[in-house]
Amino acid sequence: MSNAKLVQGDIACAMGAIDAGCRFFAGYPITPASDIAEEMSKLLPMVGGKFIQMEDEIASMAAIIGGSLAGAKSMTATSGPGFSLKQENLGFAIMAEIPTVVVNVQRGGPSTGLPTLPSQSDMMQARWGTHGDHEIIAIIPYTVEEVYYETIRAFNLAEMLRTPVILLMDEVIGHMSENFKRPDKSKIEIINRKFPTKTPEEYFPYDENEGLVPPLAPFGKGYRYHVTGLAHDKTGFPSTHEESVKRLMERMRDKILNNRAIIDKCDIRKEGNEEIGIFAYGSSARTSIEAIDNLKEKGIDVALMRPVTIWPFPKEQLLEFAKGLKKIVVPEMNFGQIVGEVKKYLSDDVEIIPLNKYTGRLITPEEIVDKILEG
Amino acid sequence: MDTDTKLKYLRTEKLPHIWCPGCGHGIILGALLKSFDKLGWEKNDIVVVSGIGCSGRTPGYIDANTLHTTHGRALAFATGIKMVNPALHVVVVMGDGDASAIGGNHLIHAARRNIDLTAIVFNNNIYGMTGGQYSPTTPFGAKASTAPYGNIEPNFDLVELAMGAGATYVARATSYHEAILEKYIQNALLHKGFSFIDVYTTCPTQFGRLNKIKSPIDNIFMLRDKAIMKSKAEKMSPEEIKGKVLIGEFRNDKEKREYTELYDEIIRRATKKEM
Ligand SMILES: Cc1ncc(C[n+]2csc(CCOP(=O)(O)OP(=O)(O)O)c2C)c(N)n1
Ligand code: SF4
Ligand SMILES: [Mg+2]
Repeated sequence: MSNAKLVQGDIACAMGAIDAGCRFFAGYPITPASDIAEEMSKLLPMVGGKFIQMEDEIASMAAIIGGSLAGAKSMTATSGPGFSLKQENLGFAIMAEIPTVVVNVQRGGPSTGLPTLPSQSDMMQARWGTHGDHEIIAIIPYTVEEVYYETIRAFNLAEMLRTPVILLMDEVIGHMSENFKRPDKSKIEIINRKFPTKTPEEYFPYDENEGLVPPLAPFGKGYRYHVTGLAHDKTGFPSTHEESVKRLMERMRDKILNNRAIIDKCDIRKEGNEEIGIFAYGSSARTSIEAIDNLKEKGIDVALMRPVTIWPFPKEQLLEFAKGLKKIVVPEMNFGQIVGEVKKYLSDDVEIIPLNKYTGRLITPEEIVDKILEG
Repeated sequence: MDTDTKLKYLRTEKLPHIWCPGCGHGIILGALLKSFDKLGWEKNDIVVVSGIGCSGRTPGYIDANTLHTTHGRALAFATGIKMVNPALHVVVVMGDGDASAIGGNHLIHAARRNIDLTAIVFNNNIYGMTGGQYSPTTPFGAKASTAPYGNIEPNFDLVELAMGAGATYVARATSYHEAILEKYIQNALLHKGFSFIDVYTTCPTQFGRLNKIKSPIDNIFMLRDKAIMKSKAEKMSPEEIKGKVLIGEFRNDKEKREYTELYDEIIRRATKKEM
């Protein structure tokens, strides 16, 4: 690789954010995510953007929603305890439909837990951490390079769909260094939010007639409107009218579920002759790939499904992947959060074998190999 | 003339408002609307941000860019807006519980940063919206729905709090002394840096009811009787000012540098470095 440099996952995330057009970052220090904030504090002013270290994670999430409403692509980054603090305002961003990117570099929990060790135990917090019924997009890259590209994709999805997007990493992905070559700007696709085509008089910030994702006018551009976390009608003003609540809730759900063609992303490695599969994501996918290579040498072919977008859950892709497989191993650094989803959609014909580790240590390739050989 | 002025910045189609008869919140809204007019501010350049509570409903009635956030967090949302677009006039309206209980941390830090926001607390000494529970500003001994035997918590003096935290414009007014309130709001809006006004106001429905201050007008008279100008208080003995609420301008510091201006300097330095 020419011009490739050793780059840390957290740094690649900051680079991706800058290249995606992020111009506002608000955060609060927490291991193993602080490197992202530190890098953003250096890079943002170089491109005319702004960084602020807020008084806590609640404020950080609030500030990026404000920043986004004022027109800047905005991001925050945190880990476990801080991710919990962001949840109320994350829900606000969902309800008010404000594009934001929220990074959670997962560490062991609950509570202060294992600050310097990896974990995948916030998979369900990412899905259901905020109160109320909602859809959410969450992405989980597995290499430094993928962190860079997926950070850009997180911004693109957030801006395109007017919604927060969660980027999940873990301590290993955040802190490890790999060779990475930052691509030429012309090689990356950047998507910006839609600006209203209507005049301020005709503009409604939540207008269903504009499709599932109505354009969002930045504050201060002549479109005066109201934003609230209360249920609202197309004007943005509170409404408890049953029909209008129903339409709002369904539009917010459908803008995610009907756009799965652009949201979904799966890495599937399957020849068709395998009887065994592994369903793995993030760091666990890295060791799974090693395990698969080891097993190949022993003459055992194992297929891999690695969701890059984990929420919404890749149900259709899983059903396709499971065809012909007798068993699927699901290694996770938690008690088994995603394996429940895998089970939910597959029939009893496929044996589903969880492999769980919750000690802040990576699942090793040997453990995966053993699990497969013993089964 | 007065009514016309208020109507100019009001979303009249959103009336009637949700506030109870005799609630002080509307008077503060009126003073804010008149202040915008006096300063001749463009509606498109004004942002009004609130938290949650009866006071939180204020922005909905203002014809500007308006944002009704989560309980206690209005200043943090406003900080993001101001950072990204410092040309906007950003006003933050909060309840006493909103600003000094759940949002107390954001209040002290916004003040410390001296970011150019105008914070106005609709301080009725009670949680109005949720049914009269005690707040950090409920006077010692007063009744609240969660202090049926009387409040045993000493109350915050929000002026002292804001000054201690570093706010560069600090004033207190009441919703009885409307002319003074309006003047302070204008001074606060014009101030470059973090400006803070504690507005002592009434909640006849909760505070009045629980403390046997029967009619809305008696609640308003309570403001008149308790408030005393700071300049006058300076000539009085501690005994005489006991239990009184001091109103006036407590700080107007034009020296301390404003946050977004300082950040612009960082951008100038960082962009030079890049080249
Ligand atoms: C996180 C959270 N906690 C609690 C509430 C419930 N709540 C709504 S308004 C309010 C208090 C309002 O009191 P204050 O801030 O003094 O405003 P007022 O209604 O008196 O204007 C509370 C506790 C909430 N909305 N959100
Ligand atoms: S409950 Fe109190 S604060 Fe709320 S509207 Fe009524 S009088 Fe005003
Ligand atoms: Mg109150």
